[in-house]
Amino acid sequence: MKKKLNSFICVGGVLAVLLTLLFLVGLFWTPYPPDEMHAMAKFQAPSAQYLLGTDNLGRDVLSRIMDGMGTSFFIAICVVLIGCFFGIVIGSLCGYYGGIADAILTRLCDTITAFPAMLLALIVISITGGGQYNIILVLGILFIPSFARIVRTEYARVRDLNYIQSARLMGVSTFRIMYVHILPNTIPVLLPAVTIGFNNAILSEASMSFLGIGITPPQASLGTMLKDSQSYLRNAPWFALCTGCAIVLIILSFSLLSEGIQQRNRSRKI
Amino acid sequence: MKFFLKKTITLIITLFIVSLLAFFAFSIIPGDPTAKILGMEASQAQIDALRIELGLDQPVLVRYLDWLGNFVRGDFGTSYSYQLPVRQMLADKLPITALLTLISFLFTLVIAIPLGIYSGSVKSEWLDRVNATIDQVFMSVPQFFIGILMCFVLGISMKWFIPGNYVSYSSSWSGFLYYMIFPAFSIAIPRIAMTVKMLRSSILNELGRDYVRTAHSRGCSRSVILRRYVLRNALIPVITFLAISMAEIMTGSIIVEQVFTVPGIGRLLLTSIGNRDFPVVLAIVVILAAWIVLVNYLADIINQLVDPRLRLQ
Repeated sequence: MKKKLNSFICVGGVLAVLLTLLFLVGLFWTPYPPDEMHAMAKFQAPSAQYLLGTDNLGRDVLSRIMDGMGTSFFIAICVVLIGCFFGIVIGSLCGYYGGIADAILTRLCDTITAFPAMLLALIVISITGGGQYNIILVLGILFIPSFARIVRTEYARVRDLNYIQSARLMGVSTFRIMYVHILPNTIPVLLPAVTIGFNNAILSEASMSFLGIGITPPQASLGTMLKDSQSYLRNAPWFALCTGCAIVLIILSFSLLSEGIQQRNRSRKI
Repeated sequence: MKFFLKKTITLIITLFIVSLLAFFAFSIIPGDPTAKILGMEASQAQIDALRIELGLDQPVLVRYLDWLGNFVRGDFGTSYSYQLPVRQMLADKLPITALLTLISFLFTLVIAIPLGIYSGSVKSEWLDRVNATIDQVFMSVPQFFIGILMCFVLGISMKWFIPGNYVSYSSSWSGFLYYMIFPAFSIAIPRIAMTVKMLRSSILNELGRDYVRTAHSRGCSRSVILRRYVLRNALIPVITFLAISMAEIMTGSIIVEQVFTVPGIGRLLLTSIGNRDFPVVLAIVVILAAWIVLVNYLADIINQLVDPRLRLQ
């Protein structure tokens, strides 16, 4: 079958690229300094001067969103890296070797994933306290089981296939078999998991900041902005709507990507 | 009967482990609760007396068993911040969250299942695309943002309700239920989208099976095949999914309660986390966790009733 990009991948990809560009630009340049308050320009509706309006302290909403996206992206990327790395290590060992350790770890992963990640994160954060690095650590650890599960299934499926057996007969080291021969084959299933994990990380961070137990105030975050904006829904609806739409667009773009990749995987298998 | 017994034993062990983990997690926290209760200027003698009173001089395991014994009997301990029994603090908040979760779950069931069956049974490329797109969009909106949108569109613009003006059920049941519709919907919308997607792909998957073709060739009508054969099989993964949904809905209600200022468990949990009032946090966490474990257990049991094949394994 020809490698045809489906519409999900196209739309999701374009959106994701645009948002990533906005995020990258936001690292170096924002229309106004995100913390600069314009006392004369509180609650300005969107205009040519302030593209998405200003908030209760007269700060430019677009600049704040770009800054907040930086925080969200940074956290989500770190969380996915932690979860993915340890997920691959644990999942590959369990799937390749099997045995009692595998049975116990699989059971443990199943139990952990039965609980909503948000609830677990809430509990751990209540003990360790909030802040950017605590969130990264907690979410990263909580995301390990979901990756480990997927990797484990793939490893268990391919470990006795012919090409692995031939590699073994040729005297290839186990390490090389696991990470040079098998790992690239898990990419088609790992990729959607990464994008879904990225989304979940964005969502969890936003929810926690929205609840006031995530990012601590001077730092901009889409969640805390949404929380602040809620009180001004009547006077300045654009503040809440623009911030919320930013979160929705981020999540939508990556979920479209993962849906597209999954569809492509399915059509390939047949 | 054997699977029932086995599942029940697993349930009890899981509950035990969950409570143990939660208790240990909250007992390794740095900081002494006596400082919180007595304030900074307490004498050493006072602190020691309180430590003995709270049982903090005992080893952790003894404290756990004490706590578990009390917990099972309905004594959840005493709040550090308010000096009130936790049970009393939960008594009027738990029903609110439980109702919110229940209403929202009912919305999910009543809307998602017919919609999922319909979209799974109609074959049309165009409908598939519309469906998939709508699903993706609705799944991408976080529950709290749906809540904010509802407050803005239905509350402020159309004036169907006043955001933040929570009506207590003790003053008016109808007012309470009417107000609860909005948060319940905010929680349900993404779950509905996910359930529809899940049910649809499950039905499509089953429709491609051999037994469907056999039934067709024997002259069964499409609707009979769908109702008698396909649905029974297609619902099995959905039941498990709904159990997960139940847990997600509950977490969602903690968040959405903040948007609609509903004084449920979520608010209490967050203020208690803020106050570092751990007996309250621990009690809420254990209740929520037990509820999730229980729902999963029920889903297992229902699955095995619906699908006899699972009992053979």
